[in-house]
Amino acid sequence: MANNTTHTTEYRVLARVLLVLMFLTFLTISVTSYHLAAFGVTVALLIAGTKGFLVLTYFMHLKYESLLLRILVSMVFVLYAVIILITFIDYAYR
Amino acid sequence: MTEKATHIEAHADDEAKKLGMWLFIFTELLLFGGLFLVYSVFRAKYPANFHEGSLELSVTIGAINTIVLLVSSMTIAMSLTAIQKNNRKLAMTLISVTLFLATVFLFNKVFEWGAKFEHGLYPGSKLMPMLERGDLLYFSLYFFMTGLHALHIIVGMVLLTICLFKVKSGNVNSKKYIHLENGALYWHLVDLIWIFLFPLLYLIT
Amino acid sequence: MDQTKQEPYVSYLEHKGKYTGIRSWIFTLDHKRIGLLYMYAIMVLFFVGAIMGLLMRIELLKPGETIMKPQTYNGLFTVHGIIMIFMVVIPGLSVVFGNFFLPILIGAKDVAFPKLNRFSWWVYIAGCILAILSQFLKNGPPDTGWSFYAPYSTTTGTNVIMATFAAFVLGFSSILTGLNFIVTIHQMRAPGMKFMNMPLFSWAIYATAWTQLLATPIVGITLLMLIAERLFGIGFFNPNLGGDPVLFQHLFWIYSHPAVYIMILPALGVITEIIPTFCQKKIYGYKAIAFSSLAIAGVGFLVWGHHMFTSGMSNQARWFFSLLTFLVAVPSAIKVFNWLATMYKGSIDLKPPFLYALSFIFLFTIGGTTGLLLGSVATNVQVHDTAFVVAHFHYIIFGGMGFAFFGAIHYWLPKMYGRMYNFKRATIAWAIIFVGFNLLYFPQFILGIEGVPRRYFDYLPQFQPLEVISSVGGFILITGLIMMVYNLVQGARKGEIAPANPWHGSTLEWQIPSPPSLENFDEAPVVKSNPYDYE
Repeated sequence: MANNTTHTTEYRVLARVLLVLMFLTFLTISVTSYHLAAFGVTVALLIAGTKGFLVLTYFMHLKYESLLLRILVSMVFVLYAVIILITFIDYAYR
Repeated sequence: MTEKATHIEAHADDEAKKLGMWLFIFTELLLFGGLFLVYSVFRAKYPANFHEGSLELSVTIGAINTIVLLVSSMTIAMSLTAIQKNNRKLAMTLISVTLFLATVFLFNKVFEWGAKFEHGLYPGSKLMPMLERGDLLYFSLYFFMTGLHALHIIVGMVLLTICLFKVKSGNVNSKKYIHLENGALYWHLVDLIWIFLFPLLYLIT
Repeated sequence: MDQTKQEPYVSYLEHKGKYTGIRSWIFTLDHKRIGLLYMYAIMVLFFVGAIMGLLMRIELLKPGETIMKPQTYNGLFTVHGIIMIFMVVIPGLSVVFGNFFLPILIGAKDVAFPKLNRFSWWVYIAGCILAILSQFLKNGPPDTGWSFYAPYSTTTGTNVIMATFAAFVLGFSSILTGLNFIVTIHQMRAPGMKFMNMPLFSWAIYATAWTQLLATPIVGITLLMLIAERLFGIGFFNPNLGGDPVLFQHLFWIYSHPAVYIMILPALGVITEIIPTFCQKKIYGYKAIAFSSLAIAGVGFLVWGHHMFTSGMSNQARWFFSLLTFLVAVPSAIKVFNWLATMYKGSIDLKPPFLYALSFIFLFTIGGTTGLLLGSVATNVQVHDTAFVVAHFHYIIFGGMGFAFFGAIHYWLPKMYGRMYNFKRATIAWAIIFVGFNLLYFPQFILGIEGVPRRYFDYLPQFQPLEVISSVGGFILITGLIMMVYNLVQGARKGEIAPANPWHGSTLEWQIPSPPSLENFDEAPVVKSNPYDYE
């Protein structure tokens, strides 16, 4: 955590991120209205993942944080994904 | 020399507080993670019921609330930028806007829940056990997840209100803004969870 | 130490702060005092739990009803489990010795957030009060076992809601403590104290803290779901409403298996501190021990299903969890081999802390190898839910974590109170405890293999000899425990004044006076490149 915290994110960067997030929201609504079945879930989760990534990177300033913190955050998400996968080794084959 | 030393110490203290907030966010993510796990298991088991259940929810209200939370997330991020640029007045305005948007979100939620309650659809009602099994689980999950999320909205509002007063009193300023930074981090977490709740509850095909 | 000090030395025990008397303890921000407060609470709760265990052993002296009704027995083993697991061993070593010694070992004044630390202690006490209240309210003590398995826990008429809420509150305290320790290790290390210069107990606490932080929220939400299930019938775990009871077991063990490592990792850390000191030798394989702690914590997250081999889980999941269970034994074994290699050609000194460490290795190895028997699917199906399981986890939790706790008290008591206990009495008490422990639990392995189920208040007459041996062992064990505590209390209060470094240890806590001052270090500590530098 050696990095200093003095980085300031400009207003226009934040505004642009918001525009992208809004666009992605409309995208996810319009895509799922096509009823793509299993594919629809994948697309919805991919879009949600992208949105989450943007919030973490810009709104939560992860882009300017130390490498350590970025690794820790990704580790938590990886750990959670692994737990879900392992649980489904049970449910998928029952 | 002593001034410099205390400055370094205060800086290290802020770093510690920020790391602490991130660690707390990890626990919140896994708290909701448990619910998402339950959701995925039952969704895999009852895909048709979950689809029917989601049709009962209004995508419009869900979308409005999503936009409201996204905008509020931006305004609180901007308030941090404002305080870093020593613009106290703008920072206070932006925090107030965030709080206002949070109230709009909760108002929508009350409206949405109220409509379900009128139809006798709420946990513990007489109607719920008479539903099909998948529907019952879908609505239980809907109320549990959005309820817990709403609780986090309220906690976030309390934190941001405290931040507002700290900015007003000058306790949070352009040199020392860790409290606002942590409050904003917490608010983004609330937004982050909603980003996943919205497609999973409202947009099931 | 500098002998020409102007002001007289004031230890943390004598320090006068804002408050006096009892309030100087309840409102203290000093990590050392908070550590002691936890220790007193845990010792009291441990004896309450132990007496409940003894009552169960008396009931099992002969077949049929001896001193209590079946329902009383159900309540007793549940309450025994809740107290021992959630209030004694999960916080255990990490809140007592982690609080007291982690900051000192890394050369810090205090933990990163002293107020949060005090808050965790209050939350812990609140959780304990709730849990104990749940035993006395009008619906009777919960009778589900400490694991609160659904669907029975959703239908029984006993005080399950209050007990689960208490576990939730205790979990919250555990999360806050873990958070505090991680930030402390990242931010508060003395200048020059790199991660690779930290004593290995700090590494163990670090790995434990991550597990506390990431696993506890899952059980938190699970217990909330259980409460909602009882209050509103949300159906998640009720097969009649479409839910799945096995899902409760998944969620419960996603936390509760890592919780086993929350208990045992600090214990492994304590043993790793005791062994080099009493062999006067550098620890063998510093890096291997440090990283094996992280490996245990990491892999420990992925093996929860081995508690559920007979639950109706899919076959694929069964072999997967079995495989990973065998893998997690590897880092534990690495530690044991490193300890043995450290002792090799060391100048071994059989003082009481080292006796506890040695018996820890012995008992932990028995517990660990019987764990592999349970980790392989075929044998597990035979002994699942029998007395064999009870014997196995008591060897790990009591023989492992319990003995490490006693070892840690004997090791660090002169530092905590500045006084020494009686060695002879301590050695005799240790011998009695060791014999009593094995007499109590070893017969249960045999009983389990012969098919005696756990959690039954009755058994067939042919098992009586072994059950009686086990009960006699229980009485011997408690005698030894009382003797040990008496000796420790006498030592802490009236023992002879201990020197600052009675064991010739090399880590930082032995370089400061006993008991430490409020701020631990009067001058910046000198950090050695290897904390176990014996020449």
